[in-house]
Amino acid sequence: MKIALFATCIVDAMYPRVAHATVQILERLGHEVVFPAGQGCCAQMHVNSGYMADALPVVRNHVKTFTEADYDLAVAPSGSCVASLGHQQPMVARRGGDEGLAKDAEAVASRTYELAQLLTDVLGVTDSAAQLGSWFPHAVTYHPSCHGMRLLRLGDRQKDLLRSVGGIDFHELPDAEECCGFGGTFALKNADVSGAMAEAKIANVTASGASLCSGGDASCLMHLGGAMSRRGSTGADGTPLRTVHLAEILASTREEPLDVSGPLELSIPGGKATVRRRESANTATTAPAAATQPASQPTTEEVSR
Amino acid sequence: MSRTDLGMPTVRPAYGHGHITLDEPFPDSARTQLGNAQMRKNIRHATHSIRAKRARVVDELPDWQRLRAAGSALKQQVMADLPALLEQLEANVTARGGVVHWARDAEEANRIVTELVKAKGVDEVIKVKSMATQEIGLEEALNAEGIAATETDLAELIVQLGHDKPSHILVPAIHKNRNEIRDIFVREMEETDESLTSEPKDLAEAARRHLRERFLRSSVAISGANFGVAETGTLSVVESEGNGRMCLTLPETLITVMGIEKLVPTFQDLEVFLQLLPRSSTGERMNPYTSMWTGVTPGDGPQEFHLVLLDNGRSAVLSDPAGRSALHCIRCSACMNVCPVYEQTGGHAYGSVYPGPIGAILSPQLTGVEDGANGTLPYASSLCGACYDVCPVAIDIPSILVHLRDQDVQATHARKKAEKKVPVPSQMDLMMKGASTVMSSGSLMSLAERGLPVGRLLAGKDAKLGWLPGIAGGWTDQRDVPAPPQESFRHWWKRNRSGSGQQDAEQTTTSEEEQA
Amino acid sequence: MNTAKDEILGRIRTALADRPQPDTVERDYRRVSEASREQVVEQLVDRLEDYRANVYRETAETVAARVGELLTDASSYVVPSGLEASWLPDDGGAPEARRLTEPAVGSADAGEERRVLSTRELNEVSAVVTSSTVSCSETGTIFLSGRPDEGRRAISLVPDHHICVVPLESVVELIPEALERLEPTAPITMISGPSATSDIELERVEGVHGPRRLDVILLG
Repeated sequence: MKIALFATCIVDAMYPRVAHATVQILERLGHEVVFPAGQGCCAQMHVNSGYMADALPVVRNHVKTFTEADYDLAVAPSGSCVASLGHQQPMVARRGGDEGLAKDAEAVASRTYELAQLLTDVLGVTDSAAQLGSWFPHAVTYHPSCHGMRLLRLGDRQKDLLRSVGGIDFHELPDAEECCGFGGTFALKNADVSGAMAEAKIANVTASGASLCSGGDASCLMHLGGAMSRRGSTGADGTPLRTVHLAEILASTREEPLDVSGPLELSIPGGKATVRRRESANTATTAPAAATQPASQPTTEEVSR
Repeated sequence: MSRTDLGMPTVRPAYGHGHITLDEPFPDSARTQLGNAQMRKNIRHATHSIRAKRARVVDELPDWQRLRAAGSALKQQVMADLPALLEQLEANVTARGGVVHWARDAEEANRIVTELVKAKGVDEVIKVKSMATQEIGLEEALNAEGIAATETDLAELIVQLGHDKPSHILVPAIHKNRNEIRDIFVREMEETDESLTSEPKDLAEAARRHLRERFLRSSVAISGANFGVAETGTLSVVESEGNGRMCLTLPETLITVMGIEKLVPTFQDLEVFLQLLPRSSTGERMNPYTSMWTGVTPGDGPQEFHLVLLDNGRSAVLSDPAGRSALHCIRCSACMNVCPVYEQTGGHAYGSVYPGPIGAILSPQLTGVEDGANGTLPYASSLCGACYDVCPVAIDIPSILVHLRDQDVQATHARKKAEKKVPVPSQMDLMMKGASTVMSSGSLMSLAERGLPVGRLLAGKDAKLGWLPGIAGGWTDQRDVPAPPQESFRHWWKRNRSGSGQQDAEQTTTSEEEQA
Repeated sequence: MNTAKDEILGRIRTALADRPQPDTVERDYRRVSEASREQVVEQLVDRLEDYRANVYRETAETVAARVGELLTDASSYVVPSGLEASWLPDDGGAPEARRLTEPAVGSADAGEERRVLSTRELNEVSAVVTSSTVSCSETGTIFLSGRPDEGRRAISLVPDHHICVVPLESVVELIPEALERLEPTAPITMISGPSATSDIELERVEGVHGPRRLDVILLG
């Protein structure tokens, strides 16, 4: 099917690799991915900061872009931004007195999925290694971001996808359901409390035994990763802690493994100079599936081209 | 603090005041509290243990969500019918021999109670823990008139003897651990000496000895109420220790101060709240003691009963359709027990007798966002939503927080305008305005993202930014910023994917992006 | 000049000018038990013991002996006048030596010669024996409501030891079932175990101001 990528502002500008990984995963399953170029932001930052009036044009742009674009379903690699579409955009529109926009916002929200939600509920992925060729032989723990957990009710979808990644050494995170302390402009306005919350989360990451903390929201991971970097936090074995997005782990394969050994690099692999060819829709079948039988052909009806 | 009327006519809802105003911005009060390592340790220990207990007893009930929905609907009904229900309550209490008083604000309530106590000719009273009386500062008002008020709840007693302030609505001394409590008792209680241990059992025994004589000799008691039943005039106090029963039963005169939102329509409705409250607050299937009384019962308990119905800003809360559900709160404290912000700062940072998530919405609504630093309270949350999940009457606290932030921004802008100075937008205003413009357009986002390589350059060899100016410095006070990528995803897509054969990124123009 | 009442009601009416429409109250939570009598009684025992109350199962024939045994250490005890006499020990044929019988609540019976105990007198009494109105097994809660066999509230509060008889036919499973059996305007006390506090580090500790020893006799 034709899937529209809503990259989200933070991923677009700071974590393009996460969007790239999302594209890779969906294309491996044989879907066509489109990127509606007019997209900006979901407006959550404005709403949560109390700037409802300034949020309105941002909402209007998102709704217009994703109403006019041609696609079957939309996906975003962020639970928080997807939750904002359904929980906040219609409210902003109604406060602005635009019932039509509110209705359109609800329609867009109803066909926009968080990545793990799309993979699990719509695309039938139950085994990342077998179906996506995912391979990531590292000790990883997982922080469920609040809005995915409490607004989208993602449950264990993200965690189950991670646990079925080939080679992964998965560690449960103590007090996983506690907020990491990001909270949008909360991180600026109440920086000290936010930092204290990050420290509590980091202590739990260390206690988990892993040195990589994964999650489904780049914003939380940027906050946590930045706090880890500032504090020189290490895992139980002394390895510096860092964060990594779920999409990047799922996109990592034996052939093209995600490198987490060097300094943190946010640019899309291949760099600006190299133009990469589109991967074939059949990657999943050629990727050796760890420990399980060869992957069945992705359950898709359409192939991108 | 002065009372703020919303308008001239006396029927306009009015803001309240009392111990519900934060006097320095939350980030500052929080910073002070974050420096208290022992307090944070105590709070962390207590909140984590209660969370687990609450979860266990809530999971035990197959119909918890249905009870929660019923509790929420009942409270909506109370708010919608409040005038009629209050009059019904008054009529029933009066018919059963009680006297009902109405108090517009804290001063009026304090005056009523003080005069009632003075009329009895006593200079000491015993008190059951009550949020309403803490809110209005009743103890100070009584003291000012030469009347001593002894708190009989163990935690309140700890706070009172420690010359401290409450930091939690259920367990006001939650910020103290057993050793600290033991030291307070040794110092302040005549009945104890250095042999007192810090075992909770021994501390409870010390409190029993300390208060017993006061229970026996006091002729006037003051209480709050958890519920007031309009249909029957019945009032209820939910407690654990038996101090409530002592106060409600032994004295000759009982004075109860109750917020006007504490009503339930019928006696049957208690079947919902008596299940929701104990499991949410102490994590017990039921609290040890609940008392219910209706007016005066000849031969049993106080033979004189006064009920003081308190507004003190509640009508102002009620006037905001987007915020009025804050009045549904049954003061269980589950929200503060799960709140990650409260866990770090403790209750004192909120500057009000109502701390935690419920305090962050209730205090600014009771006083108005412009009172003191209460406008900073709605920002004292990462909006994680844990509070909404556990709230037994399903108050959507995160949505109200966001609503109040909007109110605060508007009030601030209106104030600047009224001051008729050249309106200087704050950094946050500028950031939001700028972001609104840029983020409403893919092409402007694209343009802005051209700056990424500059950030990358600034990040230098260690690939991180450790300092940013202005409010962005709030970020780098606590965290590094990674070196930005060479190009945004949008640009990468443009170069690699949009249009067949069009792979030269440098051809990209902002106008073309809109058409892609 | 408005009275405070008029002004408060006026404020509220103004505040409700938008005429909010409340959700319908659905009472689709459990209101009628589906558990068997045995399960309900078993659950009550479990809950009471969890609260650290002492629980005894007795019959009409054995109850007096049990009460007598539980009162062994009591130098005196108080009972409400309506309490079933056959539940009490004969105390060697001289019960008045340590038994104090209270008149019924609000009793104006001229034939009732005994006056009520003062609070200070009550404070010197070791124990109290009462019946109960209804008990809820799911929460382990016993309800007293000032009936003649329960007495006024003070007698089951001030003595440090409460022996409470719970007739098995008065046990229900659910809170809604229990509340239905109460007279709302009676003075009601709900008791779930001995006096306790969670005020120190949010840990439950038994024994503060109310009776520190609660013995429950399930009768029937």
